[in-house]
Formats: sequence, structure tokens, C-alpha cells
Amino acid sequence: MFNFVLKRLAIAVPTILILVILSFMLMFAAPGGPFNSERPLPPQVLANIEARYGLDQPYWKQMYDYVVNVVTRFDFGPSFQYRDRNVNDVIMQGFPVTLTYGFWSFLIAVVVGVSLGVVAAIRHNTWLDYFAVGITVGAQVLPNFVMAPILVLVFTLWLGWLPGGGWQGGQWQYLVLPVIALSTSYMASIARIMRSSMLEVLNAGFIRTAHAKGLPMWRIILRHALKPAMLPVLSYLGPAFVLMITGSVVIDVYFSTGGIGQFFVNSAFSRDYAVIMGITILVGVLTILFNLVVDLLYAWIDPKIRY
Amino acid sequence: MTLLQTKDLTVTFQTADGPVNAVNGVNFNIDTGETLAIVGESGSGKSQTAFAIMGLLARNGKASGQALFDGQDLLSMSTKALNKIRANEIAMIFQDPMTSLNPYIRISDQMAEVLTLHKGLSKREAIAQSVRMLDAVRIPDAKARISSYPHEFSGGMRQRIMIAMALLCEPRLLIADEPTTALDVTVQAQIMQVLADIRRDFGTAIILITHDLGIVADACDRTLVLYGGQIMEEGATDDVFARPAHPYTSGLLRAVPRLDRDDDELLTIAGEPPDMSRLPAGCPFSPRCAVVMPHCPTVKPALERFDGTRRRACHLPVQEVA
Amino acid sequence: MMYPDKTTADGLVGAAHLAEVQGRSLWKDARQRFARNKAAVAGLIALILITLFAFFGGVLTQWSTQEIDWPMMGRVAQDGGPSFANGHYFGVDELGRDLYARTVQGTRISLLVGFVGAGIAVIVGTLYGAIAGYFGGRIDGIMMRSVDILMAIPFMFVLILMLVIFGRSILMLFIGIGLISWLDMSRIARGQTLTLKNKEFVEAAVATGVRPLTIILRHIVPNLLGLVIVYATLLVPSMIITESFISFLGLGVQEPATSLGALISAGAGQMQYGVIWQLAFPLFFFIVTLFAFFFVGDGLRDALDPKDR
Repeated sequence: MFNFVLKRLAIAVPTILILVILSFMLMFAAPGGPFNSERPLPPQVLANIEARYGLDQPYWKQMYDYVVNVVTRFDFGPSFQYRDRNVNDVIMQGFPVTLTYGFWSFLIAVVVGVSLGVVAAIRHNTWLDYFAVGITVGAQVLPNFVMAPILVLVFTLWLGWLPGGGWQGGQWQYLVLPVIALSTSYMASIARIMRSSMLEVLNAGFIRTAHAKGLPMWRIILRHALKPAMLPVLSYLGPAFVLMITGSVVIDVYFSTGGIGQFFVNSAFSRDYAVIMGITILVGVLTILFNLVVDLLYAWIDPKIRY
Repeated sequence: MTLLQTKDLTVTFQTADGPVNAVNGVNFNIDTGETLAIVGESGSGKSQTAFAIMGLLARNGKASGQALFDGQDLLSMSTKALNKIRANEIAMIFQDPMTSLNPYIRISDQMAEVLTLHKGLSKREAIAQSVRMLDAVRIPDAKARISSYPHEFSGGMRQRIMIAMALLCEPRLLIADEPTTALDVTVQAQIMQVLADIRRDFGTAIILITHDLGIVADACDRTLVLYGGQIMEEGATDDVFARPAHPYTSGLLRAVPRLDRDDDELLTIAGEPPDMSRLPAGCPFSPRCAVVMPHCPTVKPALERFDGTRRRACHLPVQEVA
Repeated sequence: MMYPDKTTADGLVGAAHLAEVQGRSLWKDARQRFARNKAAVAGLIALILITLFAFFGGVLTQWSTQEIDWPMMGRVAQDGGPSFANGHYFGVDELGRDLYARTVQGTRISLLVGFVGAGIAVIVGTLYGAIAGYFGGRIDGIMMRSVDILMAIPFMFVLILMLVIFGRSILMLFIGIGLISWLDMSRIARGQTLTLKNKEFVEAAVATGVRPLTIILRHIVPNLLGLVIVYATLLVPSMIITESFISFLGLGVQEPATSLGALISAGAGQMQYGVIWQLAFPLFFFIVTLFAFFFVGDGLRDALDPKDR
């Protein structure tokens, strides 16, 4: 088990390094270098950057310093845009928001998706199954940036039930629409994967054995079928996690929730490379850690995987 | 004493090409402690007969007629009532031991749940009992290995585990669906020995479903030959083997390789196993029968009793079947 | 959202396997099976109509994409709705420009991005996967390990970083989206190549001394074709979604050009003023296009993989 984690980490560490170096090189590949944008930087910011990066230093030295700071202290340096803040402040402000609605979206996508898929598989070729398939097919063409305006149109403009944006410290009314908008298409994907894998598992020989043992249906589903049927869902969770983090950018922008996505897009418009890089690297690290957790879960479920 | 009796057992599958009968009005019975072989090629309906009795038909399959176990009809029973009988009174083992055990659950848990469910044993008692049963089917070092996962055992070992699991509640009837087909020849003999042992030790009645006449001769009291979902012939195994009363049976027997005869070539039955959706109105075997008569494809031969205990369905006089 | 999910990919491998077993009759069989699939045929017809609309829809209106209908200024909510009388079939946008003309343009650009992005992905991914799978051993190990590492990178963020650094342009979008999307394709192509390379016709080519690259291009890649076609069909809509995502954020296609994503974004920003048509028309074309591609893709997969039914 320990070796398995070590092996995964041995892949994760170079991945993170590559991500950091790639981002930094991209930044320096910008025409005129990162700090000479057409818009002159405020003197205060320039001083911060000067002090931090040492612009007289050669590029490789600047990169080395940046990487060392990121890796050893998780310090992304000063922002190019806000004179009195550094990237870590920006992340600390936005991240809890993203984490809150991201957590609920992920939970709902997995719980509802898995349940819907299981029910559809058990009630194969009944109206319940068709209903579930209809939802999953429909949701394929409703990505978050389509869901968001439709939800606001219906629930805010027409019905007036829920606020169409804002955060207010995360009160539930402000959470509902962002969470639905973000989770719908992944919920549908999970339901689709769960349904087809459950249908396959229910045809397996060992399920027939379980019936022959006289086990009641609910026990066969929960005890014998769910674990193997979850494996394909589990391998989808890694990509789904990335996609949801990506989708959170749209949520933040459209609902003005104030998560890291909003800072990311603002920084993209104002060419605040430091914030863009910081958020990109943070997301990359989260992704890699999440994939590690998924791998561990996979190994825990499937006894044939040797640690 | 009759343990299980089927009356006009029919299995129908709804397919894209319309309903297809896999089993067509099969009547047979098996007594307490008896061993019955059901023999036939693939597609003869022998496995579907077993699945129908156990209520394990695929979703698009439907069984009609009756299967009376202790006088109760298994086919019209609720799933809940059937679950009390499954594994407890009638157990089943399957063709492919590689897929019959759940690869994600320890053997100990898979076995123990049978006893906790049907006998209300505690987990600890159930596992102890499971170890004893694994010993009985001669799994070496059962006490240590019971907490392994299925993939840590060979195919033959897994089939022994399946047999041990099926016997946990000491059922009165064991249905073995091609238990040796997926295994090596040497392992086949061992599994057959295990089945013979449990029959001796537990007095379990066994329905052995197979296409391999070679393993029937020693193991079974009676033999039932199925073709196209219908009974062709039935009788004591020794009689059927010595004097087959149906052209299909004699064809099957000629196809068994034997060391005590100097065969130059192995005889086979010409033609393909039947297409169940296009059976002739008469005898289902008539398209492949070497001694077919003009009225065979159109007039169905009745399943008639002869020699006291035997039955057969053929227009040809018994004496003329070679 | 960007990548077709794993189940799709797994189904594809089976499809191509069949493609190679059945040989010549496959394409005819597949065409018949496809023609029997009503949803797929309807999708194909919708796709043809949308393509015609995107490339020739402009001739039906006298308005250009840029022209501002000045009398509409300030009265968009009252007078700007869809109308045949003034020639604005889909109404006007918030600046008084003809929404029909802009939807035609947006659909065209979205389709282009989808096709070009999928094209890059298919070419790069197929070659990469075929090379890795064919050579095997350490080359395969290094190449596929690199893919694993790249897959763990949140590419949408890197793509946006690139757009910021190198400037926002359609060319940059093409390159960026194409670079993201070949990873899955390479895995699928590699898996299929592994089974292909043990086939007799490849072994015969090896035995007669054909150079490895020639074998890959002449014998491996053509046999991956069925798989590639299905995958590409499913990749186009995800490319369209990716582009629309970026354009929705305002980081993609720039004014005066537009795409469906940009139009949806603009419509979504205006809908509280009661100008629903500005959201509804682009959204309609977006959804119908995606549905059409998904149905055609599913139809192709079923057509090439009969055991799946």
C-alpha cells in the first residue's frame, strides 16, 4: 500500500514540476516578456516584482526562484494587478467559495448520478429507465454555460424564486442555481456510465450465483453489483473533477460568486500573469491529488490490483 | 420418493424475431438421493430447463407449466418464497467457475452470507462451517485460504469452492450445469469425484447437465436425452448406453471416443444443432436423422413408455435403432 | 465536457475491431445499419441543413453582420424582435445588428472550430498512438507515460493562459483546442494498433522488409479508419463546446467575428431586458448542432459495431 502511494507520488511530482515550468516558459514566451505589457505597471507593483524576481537576473534564475518558492513554500509571489496583494491572498479569498459550491456540485453529481444510473439499470426498459436515459441524453447538450442562463431565466426572471447571482457568505438560496448549473451535465454523464456498467454487471455470472444463493435483490445490488459497477464511474471521476473545476470559471463569472474562477478571468483580461499561473498550478496540484485518491479507491475496490 | 417433478415445462424467450421456445413441454422427475443426467448438445434446452427451475431465466425468458418441489410449484412462487428454497433446498453450480464467484468479495464472505441468510448463523459460526465444507471438497489449507479472493485460485479450485458453497445448507437437490466443461480433463475427473463423494456423504440428489456422455456413464443413475427442447429418450443410464432407443442417442454414443474399440475414425452427427426458431412441426431431430422416414418432419412422435421404465419419442420401432 | 467520456472510447475499440474482421462488406453493412437508425439519419439531415445554413444562409438576408440598424438603437426591446417585415428574421442584437446574419456567422465559425480542432486531434492522436503502439517497448512506455502526465494538467487553464499571452485569435484557438484533444485519441489508436500489429498482413509486411513508418502509414492507419471516423464525429461537438466555453467567457473569438458561444454569452447578458430571442436563436442552433453530432456519432458506432445492440 505504502509503495503504491509512493509510486503514484513519483509520477505526481514531475507532473507538477512540468506544469510549473511549462507555465513559466509560456509566460516568458509572451511578446516583450511578461512584465513589459503595453499597459505600464504601477510603480508600486513594479517595485514588488523587481524585489521578488530580480529582473536583472537571467531567465533561468528567475524561473528557478519561482519554482523554488512555489514548491517549498507554496508562494506564488506578488500580483501584477493589485498593488498591495500577492497571489496567495487572492487565492485565499476565492478558493473557499469555489470549494463550497464545488463540493456540493460534486456530491450531487455523484450521488444523484449513481442512484439514477442504478435505478435505470434495475428497471431496465421501463418508463423509469427511459426517463433516466432521456435526462442523460438531454444533459449532453446542456453544458454549464448553457444551463446557467436557462436556470436564471426560469427561476430568477420568470418565477422569481431564487437570486440570479451573488454569494452572501454562501447562504443556500445563493448556492442552488450555481450548484445545479455546474453539476447537471456531469451528473448525467455519471448516470449514463453507471447505468451501462450496472447493466453489464447484472448480466455477470456471479450475479446469477447470488440469485441462486437466495439473496434478496437489494442485497445483490448493494453487496455484489455496486462495487464492480462503480469502477468505470470511478475512472470518470478524475476527468469529471477537472471538468468541474474548469466549469467553476463559468459559474463564477456568470453568477458573480467570487470564487477563484472570477479572479482567473479578471486576471486573464488584465494580463496578471502571476495570478493566472498561481491558479493554474493550484488547479493542477488539486487534480493530481484527486487522481491519487481515485487510484487508491480503485485499488481498494479491485483486489486484482497489486499495490 | 419424488423430490422434483416437472409438468409440461416450457421456456419461451421474447426475441427480435418473435417468441422462441427453448424448452418445449418437458416432463421428468427425480427422486430423493438420485442422480439424473440431462444430456444434449448446445441449444438443446438443458441449461434453460435448470435455469427455469431455479428462477434464473434471463429477463426476456418466461417459464410455463409446473416444477413441483415437495408439491410446491417453483414456477408460480413469489421471488421471496423462492429465495427461501434457493441454496437452502435446491442449490446450483454453473459452467464457468471463473465468472461464477464474485471477484470483488472474499471467499469467506461469499460463503458465510449463505449461512447467515438461510440458517441465521453468526458470521464466526458461518465461516467455521464454510471452512469445514471447503475441507470436505478437499481445498488444501482451507482455514488460511478462505479469506482469499477468487482470482487467487485455479479454475478447478474455484469449482470446488462453488460446490462447497452450494452444499453449505445441505440442500436436498444440487443442479450442476456443465460443471466440468470449462476445466482441464484431469481436473474434470477430480470434480466428478467430488460430486460422487458428496452424493455418498450427504445423500444429495443431483441433476447433472452435460453434453459429455463420457462422464455420465459412471456418475448417474438415470439419463434424459434432450434435443430441440424436447425429451428424445429417458431411462436407466446402463440401459440407455447398452441399448439406445433413439437415433439421436445412438449418434451421440457413437461420437464418444472409446479406447476399448478400434475406431478408425470418430463418428459425428451430421448437420448443425437446431435453430430453435425454425423447428420442424414433427420430430425436431428429423433434419439430421440418418434413418428419417417421410412422415418424421410433419408428425410429432409421442413420448411413449416401453420396457417398463424407459421412455422415448421416435417413429422407428425400437428394434431397428442401431 | 471537453473529452468524450471513457465509455464512448471503450465502445470504439470494439467497433474498429469489427471493422477489420469483416473486411470489404463492412462499409456496405454499416451503411445499411446506419440507414435503419432513425435518430442517426435525422441527425445527419439536421447536420446537412445546419451546414448549408452556416455557409449559404447569408444570401437570404440583405443585412450584413456589421451593419447597425440605426433606428433600432435604444428601442431594441420594443422593436428589435424577430420580424419578416423589416428583414430581421431573428431580430437584432443589443447594438442593433441583424441577429440572423450573426447567427449564420457564429454557426459557421463554431462548425469550423469543431472540424479543425477534431481534425488536428485525429491526425496527431492517430499517428502518435499508432507509432507508440507499433514500436512498443520503451518508446511506447515513454510516449504513453507522457500522455498520462499531460492528461493530469488542467488544459482549459493552460489554454486560457496561452490565449492571454499570445493574443486572442481564432488561429490560437485552433492550435490550443487541437493540442488538448489528441490525448484520448492517441490512447484509443494505440490500443487498437497493439492488436493490429500481430495480424498476418502486418507480419507479412515486416517479413518482406517494409520500413516501419511505411507499415504504419500503409497498413496500420488505414485499418484504424472506422474507429477514427466514429471518434472524430463525437469529438467535433466537444470541440464546439470547448470553443463556446472560452467564447462565453469572452476569451475566445473576438469582435467583430462571433461564434455560438459568444452569441449565447451576449444573449444571456441581455435577457433580463426581455430580449429572449437574443439567447433563444443561438441556443437553438447550438443545441441542435450538438444533438445532431451525438446522434450521428452514436449511429456510426452502432453501425460499425453490431454486437453492441
